[in-house]
Amino acid sequence: MKVKFFPIFLIIIFVIVFLIFYKGLQNSNIYTPNTLIKKNIPSFEAKTLRTNKKIDSKNLFKENEFYLINIWASWCIPCRDEHDFLIKLSNQKNVKIIGINYKDKNENAKNFLKELKSPYEVVLVDKDGTIAIEWGAYGVPESFLLYNKKIIKKIIGPLNKKSLFEIEKLIK
Amino acid sequence: MASLIGYYSLIFGLCISFFIIFFSVKNFKDSLIFDTKIVNFTFLQFILVIVSFLGLIISFVNSDFSNETVFNHSHSTKPIFYKISGTWGNHEGSLLLWLLVLTLFILLFLLKSKEQNKRYKILTLLIQQIIIIGFFIFLIKTSNPFNYIFPVPEEGLGLNPILQDPALAIHPPILYLGYVGSSIIFSSALAATSLNYISTAWAKHIKQWVLISWIFLTLGILLGSIWAYYELGWGGFWFWDPVENVSLMPWLALTALLHCILVLERKLVLTSWVVILSIATFTLSMCGTFLVRSGILNSVHTFANDPERGLFILIFLFCLIFLSLFIFIFFHKVEKKSIRNFFWLSKETSILINNWFMMYFLTVVLIGTVYPIFLEVISSEKISVGPPFYHKLIVPLLIPFLFAMTIGPKLNWIKSDLKNKKYLILFLMISFLLSVLIIKNLDIKFLINTILVASALYLFFITLRDFFVKGLKNLSQNIAHFGFSLLILSILFNNIFSTEIITNLKIGETFKSKNFIINFEKVEQKDEKNFKAITGKFNIKDVDGVDEVLNPELRIYNQPNIVTSEADIKTNLLSDKFITMNLVQNQDYFNIRYQIKPFMIWIWLSVLLISFGGLISLFKKRYEG
Repeated sequence: MKVKFFPIFLIIIFVIVFLIFYKGLQNSNIYTPNTLIKKNIPSFEAKTLRTNKKIDSKNLFKENEFYLINIWASWCIPCRDEHDFLIKLSNQKNVKIIGINYKDKNENAKNFLKELKSPYEVVLVDKDGTIAIEWGAYGVPESFLLYNKKIIKKIIGPLNKKSLFEIEKLIK
Repeated sequence: MASLIGYYSLIFGLCISFFIIFFSVKNFKDSLIFDTKIVNFTFLQFILVIVSFLGLIISFVNSDFSNETVFNHSHSTKPIFYKISGTWGNHEGSLLLWLLVLTLFILLFLLKSKEQNKRYKILTLLIQQIIIIGFFIFLIKTSNPFNYIFPVPEEGLGLNPILQDPALAIHPPILYLGYVGSSIIFSSALAATSLNYISTAWAKHIKQWVLISWIFLTLGILLGSIWAYYELGWGGFWFWDPVENVSLMPWLALTALLHCILVLERKLVLTSWVVILSIATFTLSMCGTFLVRSGILNSVHTFANDPERGLFILIFLFCLIFLSLFIFIFFHKVEKKSIRNFFWLSKETSILINNWFMMYFLTVVLIGTVYPIFLEVISSEKISVGPPFYHKLIVPLLIPFLFAMTIGPKLNWIKSDLKNKKYLILFLMISFLLSVLIIKNLDIKFLINTILVASALYLFFITLRDFFVKGLKNLSQNIAHFGFSLLILSILFNNIFSTEIITNLKIGETFKSKNFIINFEKVEQKDEKNFKAITGKFNIKDVDGVDEVLNPELRIYNQPNIVTSEADIKTNLLSDKFITMNLVQNQDYFNIRYQIKPFMIWIWLSVLLISFGGLISLFKKRYEG
């Protein structure tokens, strides 16, 4: 009996280890080696794309809420790639997506959103690209995840499956 | 173009696996002679993986940003050296490297073991092919290094600057040679078990593979440690970070295995140890890959957080574990009881003791690494296990370990007594006296430190004596053990005698302490190809009047935009002077950290010495056999 007991015991142990690792995968940690993290967000003023109303950034973000700032342009081809991911994300209730339309013609930008649906809560116009500079962006597209008026993650380049997954984790 | 070729040769490489399996199974049943077709196919597979790897390197060198891996991890302004090393500085590329080493090692294994039994060779190849296929599918399905992006981006995202370092450029390949080398040991141990082929002759044959992976693993860990020392800027060389731990665990298992093989080479004992340790070494390597790559742990090595990848490795890992358990439980035959009993005072016993120590250290490291994950899953409580845990559990046990290591090799095989061993007691007394003299005047815990230093000194003197008395006999073991004593001594002295100050200084200010004066003279700005450097000039004066200028650096990388702090280190035989500076936000102060670290270089040298011991053993085998 002793001989049979040992293998079963071993197998049970390994199965438990497997299950725990499997569970552990679900709440995996996210490592972001970025100096930008936890920095306060810059303040700026901009007009909205649709209503042409002036908005002050101080009034835009509320405490204890997640925001995704997405810098985009209708002429930027990778922006089209990430659009599906943005739409997917916009279906989530606990994050608001704010678009910053970078160096674009209003007409084109509106057409772009009409054609592909708008994931944005509000779109701000950044005609000369200064707001993007304030944010420290390198180019389009680029996204910043905010919480409590602080940047908690920066995504350079188009969103993809991986970064979407990370964002969903963070806002959970 | 290069990406395309790379991708297709990967696919073909996978197909070759099925040919190999087909012919192997046929050959295993049918004929008596080993079919050379199998070797040819293995060779072909190796070439295909090389082509694929070269394809990736070429994409990196040409900065072909239509390749997603290149886009994510390279930048056109990066120096060519880091473009190439960037190939394996990311998840996809490093897996391709794994695969390359896997196919290389099985090819070498087939070529090197011509005189071995046919069925054993084929079974080893088959088990190795299971691993290879697993990695092929993993690579192609979840981490294809040749993904195409359209439209082609203008510029890449750059390589993480802390990875832009020469030591780190060669660290992964060396470490992988060690990790993957253990796969050969795994496959052949399983094959030998299922064919009941384990014998002293088998031990002789597998010993060289154990030695090769052991040497590379040791060197790989050393390189990682050196990198952490001068790049991470904390002034330490081992942080008990989970990622360091996962490389240490296979090393501990492999070291124990190496010692068991030395016994098995002479006498058919400890076979269960050998098989279990062979399995453990490779599964721990794989487990390390899982822990590091799945993002379940938090570290610099976490390239990707794709849960799909983690899940794949996890399932694959446990398939291998269950396969090996199955083989071990059903096929392994325990050797006869009569030869299993050792005389209490013999080399065999001391090696067994060594094994238990290794298992203890391994368990401590394993628990420290994995326990936080378990706890988080079960109680969703986050803890982190830090150095104090490891120090408390490992350091006291080092004392008996060192004594066993000193006395063990002095014993004979089978049966031994303590005649003519008076010098052992003499050296013990000398070591204790010396240790008391060193520790006496220092402001640290007297007893534990004295015993620790004494036991390390004891091993040091005894092995040193052996160089003169025994000469070339047992040279490899003596060098490795001598290196180990040197390592422990340097670590101890390094800990005991280190001094550190942390202070904030403005340009032009001076910091005075009892033993030295630091003068912050000026900063200079310089533009390099991929970063902007701010270099500080510090003048440091000792009490002995030695003047030295140190230039720590802040680097502001452009792609991606990250600030790193480069330590400046002045090394000499007795101690390192280590200085880093950091910006204090919105102030004109710089945060300065200055350390004097004695015997730093001896830590590196002693590890080199340890692996050199292994190297000698490897070559000794060659010209004897």
